Amino acid sequence: MSAHGTNETEPPPLEFHDLTVAYHKRPVLWGIDLEIPKGQLVGIIGPNGAGKSTLIKAAMGLLPLNSGWVKVFGEPIKKNIKRVGYVPQRESVDWDFPVSVMDVVLMGRYGHLGLMRRPSKKDRDIARDCLEKVKMLPYANRQISNLSGGQQQRVFLARALAQESDIYFMDEPFAGVDAATESAIVTILHELKAKGKTLLVVHHDLPTAKEYFDSLLLLNMRVVAFGPTEEVFKYDLLQSTYGGRLTILSEVAEAVREKS
Amino acid sequence: MNELLPAFEWQQHVIAPWTTGIKSTLWIVLMGFFVATACGLLGNYLILRRMALVGDAISHSVLAGIGVAVVLTLQLDTPTLFIAALAAGLATTLIIEIIHRYTRVKQDAAIGIAFTSLFAIGVILISMKSGKVHIDTECVLYGEVALVPLEKFKLSLSPALAGAVDKLPMSEVYLRGNDLVMAPDVIRMGFVALAVALLVWIFYKELLVSSFDPALAFSLGINATVVHYALMALLSVVVVSAFESVGAILVVAMLILPGATAHLLSARLPVILALTVLHAALGTLLGFHLATWLNCSIAGAFVVAGMGLFLLAWLLSPHDGLLAHWHRRRNLKLEPPEEISSTPPAGN
Repeated sequence: MSAHGTNETEPPPLEFHDLTVAYHKRPVLWGIDLEIPKGQLVGIIGPNGAGKSTLIKAAMGLLPLNSGWVKVFGEPIKKNIKRVGYVPQRESVDWDFPVSVMDVVLMGRYGHLGLMRRPSKKDRDIARDCLEKVKMLPYANRQISNLSGGQQQRVFLARALAQESDIYFMDEPFAGVDAATESAIVTILHELKAKGKTLLVVHHDLPTAKEYFDSLLLLNMRVVAFGPTEEVFKYDLLQSTYGGRLTILSEVAEAVREKS
Repeated sequence: MNELLPAFEWQQHVIAPWTTGIKSTLWIVLMGFFVATACGLLGNYLILRRMALVGDAISHSVLAGIGVAVVLTLQLDTPTLFIAALAAGLATTLIIEIIHRYTRVKQDAAIGIAFTSLFAIGVILISMKSGKVHIDTECVLYGEVALVPLEKFKLSLSPALAGAVDKLPMSEVYLRGNDLVMAPDVIRMGFVALAVALLVWIFYKELLVSSFDPALAFSLGINATVVHYALMALLSVVVVSAFESVGAILVVAMLILPGATAHLLSARLPVILALTVLHAALGTLLGFHLATWLNCSIAGAFVVAGMGLFLLAWLLSPHDGLLAHWHRRRNLKLEPPEEISSTPPAGN
């Protein structure tokens, strides 16, 4: 199977069965059946309100499910939650919080620490390495409110790296970042993939989606398609994902044309 | 002016309380410090979680808990009071959550519904039974710190032990002959403050990450919901042990003022927690002497002194202070931020 398949019998990193999630009786996800193989870098794309973030939150057990189940490495999420790394949307936290860049990255190590244990020198070294990888080490002692949007995103990425998880959920890491951050994120994503990690990344920009990801999940309340990018990034599939939204469709047409 | 403000006399208002008046001064100041420390430390997390109003809510709905306890047991000893407060605090948290989740009412409005209703129920219950159990509602609302030194806990010691205790500093405050005498409320509040400090220290990581990013906390195996309810439970216990002395309304001020002041002065949580305790100590001391001078409500003076420290911090804070802003504006030099200067200008 995969190049990293040292343990062929290990269950898939992520499995959804007949998953339905609703907010106030309005379904957001409907009958999701999906199995994500190990070591994949999956982009989740779909229009606004398609349930992309909801899928990630449901996978992490943050939302009540109306039906179906989610399994992470063959177990309910609660058992394997520590194998999961998470990069939330940047706006979901208060950046005036009185912590430094280093403090935030060290939070990624908390899952490895027992009760009352403070981060050790080893944890700090790991955090420093992770900051170095996203080129944020010089900012380690900065208060987080003094960072730009791209820098904030890189700090979140460093924190996810420090978690040393096996599967990562990232909610729009590319939203509103500068070009340098964008390429830094792409590099990290591919490094993680090369290490056999599984990554699910919510993405909103169609033209770049086909460059960044080797598989795509087209989502609009239901799974429209899931597979290798070259098979899935097709005009008709994208059209049924995005419906009749003309501005996006012209973008799609252009993106598909560029590809061929 | 002369009628409003009595003349300030250093000897009478600052020195005398610590010499001839030490027996009551020490208990009152300790009580104020314990209350402000316990409330302030917890309050920091309320501020960080943007839940300052929840502290307000719980401090009021605790009255309902006491009301129910009075009706059911017709007594008001410490364990009953704690359990009642705990139940009321958790009920408030739960009601807020339920209203917020299952109706279209937003969280702030849900808070407004939950605590006023519970407060009203408490008022009804207590007024129904007021003939049978003595509850001073004014004391519940405004507190009476001056009464703290009056109630004494007494423990007879052997002459040898008493002799040893006598050598400790300020033994005249807690030793009468061979009897150890203490103000039980102050001792209880001291334990509560110590417990809060310990819990904040033990669960520092859990509190920090669940306040900053609950979803991340979850992926680290820390259940943010459990942390939330534990925080609310602790808050209820602190409120009920504090409000006899400073009153339900002033507890709210004690919850927010120390932390808010500390937030103006530092952007590091450990430093903020330390500054909170410092604010508690200074505010209590200044407040006590303010009350001695003006011969006014001590609890009120604690809060006014705390407010004074807040204003001082606002004025003098090195980063956000009014003086720093003013100074920076005078020496303003326009330099591009490093982010822009390090990247070439955009094409269009």
